[in-house]
Amino acid sequence: MNEIFDGFVQAFQLIISLDPEILEITARSLLISLAATGVASLVAIPLGGLIHFREFGGKRGLITIIQTLYALPTVVAGLFVFLILSRAGPLGFLGLLFTPVGMVIGQAVLIIPVLVGMTLVALSGVKKAISDEVQALGATSSQAIWTILKEARFALFGGIILGFGRAISEVGAAMIIGGNIRGSTRVLTTAIALETSMGNVAFSIALGIILLCIAMVVTAALFLIQER
Amino acid sequence: MERKNPAPGVLCLSIALVTALLLAGCTGPIQGGSPANQVPPGGQNPSAGPKDRLLVATTTSLSDTGLLDYLERIFENNYAIDLQVTSQGTGKAIEIAKRGDCDLLVVHSPAQEEDFMEAGHGINRRCFAYNYFIVAGPADDPAGIRGMEPKEAFRTIIGKGKSGTPGVFFVSRGDNSGTHNAEKNIWNATGYNYTSEVRRSGAWYIEAGRGMGETLQLASEKGAYTLTDEGTFLTYRGRLDLVPLIDKGDILLNIYSVITVYTEDHPVEKITMANNFVNFLISPEIQAAIGEYGREKYGKGLFTPMSGGCLRFGCDCTTPASATRPSLSFT
Repeated sequence: MNEIFDGFVQAFQLIISLDPEILEITARSLLISLAATGVASLVAIPLGGLIHFREFGGKRGLITIIQTLYALPTVVAGLFVFLILSRAGPLGFLGLLFTPVGMVIGQAVLIIPVLVGMTLVALSGVKKAISDEVQALGATSSQAIWTILKEARFALFGGIILGFGRAISEVGAAMIIGGNIRGSTRVLTTAIALETSMGNVAFSIALGIILLCIAMVVTAALFLIQER
Repeated sequence: MERKNPAPGVLCLSIALVTALLLAGCTGPIQGGSPANQVPPGGQNPSAGPKDRLLVATTTSLSDTGLLDYLERIFENNYAIDLQVTSQGTGKAIEIAKRGDCDLLVVHSPAQEEDFMEAGHGINRRCFAYNYFIVAGPADDPAGIRGMEPKEAFRTIIGKGKSGTPGVFFVSRGDNSGTHNAEKNIWNATGYNYTSEVRRSGAWYIEAGRGMGETLQLASEKGAYTLTDEGTFLTYRGRLDLVPLIDKGDILLNIYSVITVYTEDHPVEKITMANNFVNFLISPEIQAAIGEYGREKYGKGLFTPMSGGCLRFGCDCTTPASATRPSLSFT
C-alpha cells in the first residue's frame, strides 16, 4: 500500500517539478498516439463508410473479420509491423524501425479495426428514416453521406476516443517497434515497463497516473469538440 | 438535424484538428530518427543538420546497470552522433542485428556471438569488460550451497529441488539471454541435459521469461535461487531479499563484447561510425571509466575492464576496429 501512496506523491512531485525527461516522454506519447489515431481515422472512417454504404458479397464475413481483429494482441500487431519495417522486410528501405514514425504506423494498424468497426456501428445507428429522407429530398449521394456522417458523429467520436485509448495504453507494439530508446522512442508505457523492471515501483505508478491524466484531457477535448 | 446552424463543419473542424495534430505529431517525433538521418552522411555534417544516429542493441543485464547510458553521454560529447540504445535479451538483440536493424551489438553470450560472427553478420568483435555471474539465494540457504563450487551447487539445487525439499526453488531467466545461456552451460557442464532433465522437471524450476531485474525480483519474492550477473545484482541488491552465495569459479566468468553489425546494405560510413564506438570502448580512458563505474555507489566497480589483459580469455580487446567488411579468410 505504501508504494501506491508513494506513487501518488511522486507523481504529484514529478508533475509540478516539470521534470524535462518526463515532459519529453509524455509529449512523445501524446503525439505518437494522436498521430496514430489521426492516421487510423483517416483510413478507417472512409473505409467503414464504404463498407456500410456498399452492398457486396462476403460483407457479413468481412465485418466478422474486422470485429475479430478488435482482439488483435498488441504484440502481434507490433511483430507484424516489425517484420514489415525491418531492413530485411518489404519496407525496410524506409528505415522506420525503431523510430517514432514506425510506432505511429504500429499503433494505427492496431486501432484501425476498432475504428472501422465503430464507424459501422455509428452508421447503422442512424435511423433509416433519415437517410431515406435525405435521398428523397434529392440530395446527391455525397451530400447524403455527409448528412448521415453528421448524424453519426457522437458514435464516431466515441470510436475515436476508444481508438486513442487503445493506442496510448498499449505497450507491446511500442516496445517491439520503438525499442524503448531513451530520447527517441521511449513513451509512457514502455517507460513504465522499464521502471517496473528496474524496481522503481513508485516511479512507475507516477507515470501511470500521468498517462491517465493526459488520456482524460484528450477525452475531454474530443468531447468538447463533439458537443459543438 | 435538431441543430441546423452549426456550420457544416463539426466533422470538418474535428478532422482539421486531427490532421493538425497529426502534422504536429509528424514534425515532432520524426526529428529523432527520420530516414533523412540515415542517408549516408558523407563524413562532414553541416553543423545545423540533424545528427546521425547509431543504434546499439544490447542486453537487459547491461542496460539495467546504467553503464551504457553513462557511456552514451561521454561518446556523444566526443562525436557528433546520436547514439541510441535499445535493450533486449541477447537472443532478441542478435536477431535484430542479423536483420540489419541496428548498427552495434553489445552482448555477453560467447557461443551465440561466435555463431553470429561465423554467419558473417558482424565484424570487429572486441571484448571490453567482464565480471562474474553469481548464484544468489535466500539468506537461510535451504539447499545449503553456500561456499560450494558452482557445479556442485547446481547439482545440490537440482537434487534437493527434484526431491521436493521445502523452500528449494530456482528461477531461470528462461529467455535465451546471455545469462540464460550461461545457466544452460553450467547445467550441461554439471552433467544434466538442460532440455530433458532440467526444464519442466518440477515445480522447483521456474522460468521467468523476463529481464534480469525482473527475474531477481521474482526470485526475491519466491525466496528462490537464481543465476545473475554481478552488475545487475549489485544495482538491485538494496531491493532484494537475496544474498550472494557463490561468486567464485571459472565457469561463472561473464565477458561482455561489442560487435559492429555488418550487412551488405549497411553504408560504409555507418560501419565506420560503429567502429568508432568499438574503438571508444576499448580505449584506455573509457576502459578506466568502465572500471570506475558504480564504485562510488556500490563500493566496488560493477565491471572489470579488460585493459588489454584479455589474452587469457581468448578474446581480442586491443586491435583497433578498422575492418568495414568481414574478412574472407574463413569459409
